[in-house]
Amino acid sequence: MNELVFFINNVVIAGSVTGSIYAIGAIGVTLIFSIMRFAHFAHADMMTFGAFMVLLLTTAFPAAGASIGVPTAILMLPLAMVLTAVLAVGIDKAFYKPLRAHGVKPIVMVIGSLGVTLMLQGLIRLFAGTSGQSLYVDDRKEIFRIALPFEGARAPIVITEPQIYLFVITIVAVVALHFFLSRSRLGKAMRAMSDNPELAQASGINTNTIVAVTWVIAGGLAAIAGTLLSLDVTFKPDLSFFLLLPIFAAAIVGGVGHPYGAIAGGFVVGFAETLAVFNWNVLLRPFRDSLPAWLELPNNLAFVGTEYKIVVPFFILVAILVWRPTGLFKGKVIS
Amino acid sequence: MSHPTKTRNPAYTPKDPPPERRFPLRELILFGALFVAVLAVYAVMGAAYSTRMLVEAACYAILALGLTIQWGYAGQFNAGVMGFVALGGFCAMLFSVPVNDAFWGTELPGELGRVLLYGIAATLVVVGATKLDRLGVPKKLRTVVAVVLAVVLYLVIISLLREVTSDIQSRAGFVGGFGLPAWLGWIAGGALAGAVGYFIGHVCLGLRSDYLAIATLGIAEIIKAFLKNSDWLTRGTATVSPLPWPTPGPAELGFTLSRAVYLSVTAVVIAVIFLLLHRAYHAPWGRMIRAIRDNEVSSAAMGKDINKRRLEIFVLGCILMGLGGGMLGTFNSLFDPQGYLPLNHTFLVLVMVILGGPGNNLGTIFGAVAVYIIWIMSEPLALALMQMAVFIGEGWFGWEPPRNLESRALQARVFVIGLLITLVLRFAPKGLLPEKIKSHG
Repeated sequence: MNELVFFINNVVIAGSVTGSIYAIGAIGVTLIFSIMRFAHFAHADMMTFGAFMVLLLTTAFPAAGASIGVPTAILMLPLAMVLTAVLAVGIDKAFYKPLRAHGVKPIVMVIGSLGVTLMLQGLIRLFAGTSGQSLYVDDRKEIFRIALPFEGARAPIVITEPQIYLFVITIVAVVALHFFLSRSRLGKAMRAMSDNPELAQASGINTNTIVAVTWVIAGGLAAIAGTLLSLDVTFKPDLSFFLLLPIFAAAIVGGVGHPYGAIAGGFVVGFAETLAVFNWNVLLRPFRDSLPAWLELPNNLAFVGTEYKIVVPFFILVAILVWRPTGLFKGKVIS
Repeated sequence: MSHPTKTRNPAYTPKDPPPERRFPLRELILFGALFVAVLAVYAVMGAAYSTRMLVEAACYAILALGLTIQWGYAGQFNAGVMGFVALGGFCAMLFSVPVNDAFWGTELPGELGRVLLYGIAATLVVVGATKLDRLGVPKKLRTVVAVVLAVVLYLVIISLLREVTSDIQSRAGFVGGFGLPAWLGWIAGGALAGAVGYFIGHVCLGLRSDYLAIATLGIAEIIKAFLKNSDWLTRGTATVSPLPWPTPGPAELGFTLSRAVYLSVTAVVIAVIFLLLHRAYHAPWGRMIRAIRDNEVSSAAMGKDINKRRLEIFVLGCILMGLGGGMLGTFNSLFDPQGYLPLNHTFLVLVMVILGGPGNNLGTIFGAVAVYIIWIMSEPLALALMQMAVFIGEGWFGWEPPRNLESRALQARVFVIGLLITLVLRFAPKGLLPEKIKSHG
């Protein structure tokens, strides 16, 4: 029984946490991919930027959240989302729009976004230093231990306060995005442009507005993902290249251009990561006596060590590119 | 107005027109300025330091040549130069470091070999299982059998490997090297980088170039993670040094002279690569590569095997990166997996190529040396600027500077490199020495 609780703590909860973060990040990447047709490499640093804004605001007003009973960081999140959205639109105006106007190949846009990612990284590290910092400046991270009403279950299920916020915010964000894309005029215009840009333009959709809206959504979602990630662990300025691969893998697994696919892809990659680093020996331990005597289980039955976690999204990426480049949900292979 | 139609000789084979006799003014000015800059560095920083800088710049020039054929000749964007450089450095280390008797004198090599053989056998079994449908097994059942077999065998092999490697680590430290000359390691590094490049290219090159960028970025981080955490193979964060040089070391000749000898070796390598690339560029093969880059559809219509050519050029570029990485690693005389950074080993090389002129070998070499000089000199400059800012801030506003100022000042260089990339793409997309496009009249 305790083994099962251990499994829930280390796989179900941890996997959902990473999965939600990857999913929110991948939605942004996939939206940008479908509207502007290039892989946006600066996305992970936009996430970091959002988290950094939260850190700044929280440090400036550490006691603000206590007055209404939420952590200050959560209270500051909407403001950080706005700031990140403004940054995203500004970056587009300053760096991507001129390139688009020149009619460059998409791969040049990719290199441009790598330039932007380096600039953001440099700025963030210049101001934030390179070490990790907690977003809980003045608050205390609550940890809930839920004891199970079973015989023999001594270990409780452990879930922390930021994880609960993470699940709630993820669900809210996904539902809001769903209604935006399926009900609102702008959302429908976005989908039209993603399906066929020329036709959308010909039918009177203002592409500049759509591009700006895409950046606002992508920036806001990036701020959410970055903040929630930093709340769960700590704020680290140098995560970006480690986040990029799982996020892109999630977007491609879900099918490029499919926001819902990106959500599924995020969870696929998140759970694959946690399952791969999980030590399966723990689950086999109760059956140790019934196993044949010649079979001696090693203590460490994890597929990969934690330090090789990044191999998992890469392997998923390669597998999907080899067997199903359109992704699980028949996205496009943009060419 | 009617154009006169030329009739072509039936025995005509397309050939690049003879190069125009143009006075290479731009090249002359740029290289002259570079020469003056190098002389200035020699005058200010001393001969030993400056020669070291030149050797490193030369090694970077090899990396840049590798990237220029991928990006400039063929339009493939490799965002993981760092990984191939690290592979080259690793091979240089593995081949040149003296033999470790604490490892080879025991039964450990046999154990390691046995596990590796098991690994090969397991791979064969799994590959065999995927072909079971040819024996009449239903396809679904075949997939299930293959996946289950792969998972179980993988777990068995990986736990065996973990046992052996932790044994090696506790009893012998690490595997040690082969005690061979370093240049063998360089060649092996090129071969290994080429093999990894083949794998990546095989998966990604049929798709749009974005996928290649994502995959190379990922493989670079994976290679680094592997080298950093495989203590039994590379000593991980404990680093391996010194790596023996193929030329007489500083102990025999002194710093300046030994570095100068090393520099001449790198110069010869660059010259050979340059000449070969020059020939290849003007050969039918090079023309075909450029045709594919500029208009994929028309070259496919002319019966060119696009994916195969792309794979060739990608692997060739990776080989050069591995070679350059090996030479760089041997010169630093230190193998430190943590020292491989995306900024220093991927983006710096990218700036060299796009600033110098992608597709123009001479421009690439110019870009490599010029950017490297700026890069090296920017470190003291950034610190000085930061010091000045602190001085002004303290004196005028009573600002208390954070303590880790040095490391933060160096982060400013990350910003500058990023800005440089975006600006060059915007205002000088062809670089300072653009590729010369010849038109057939």
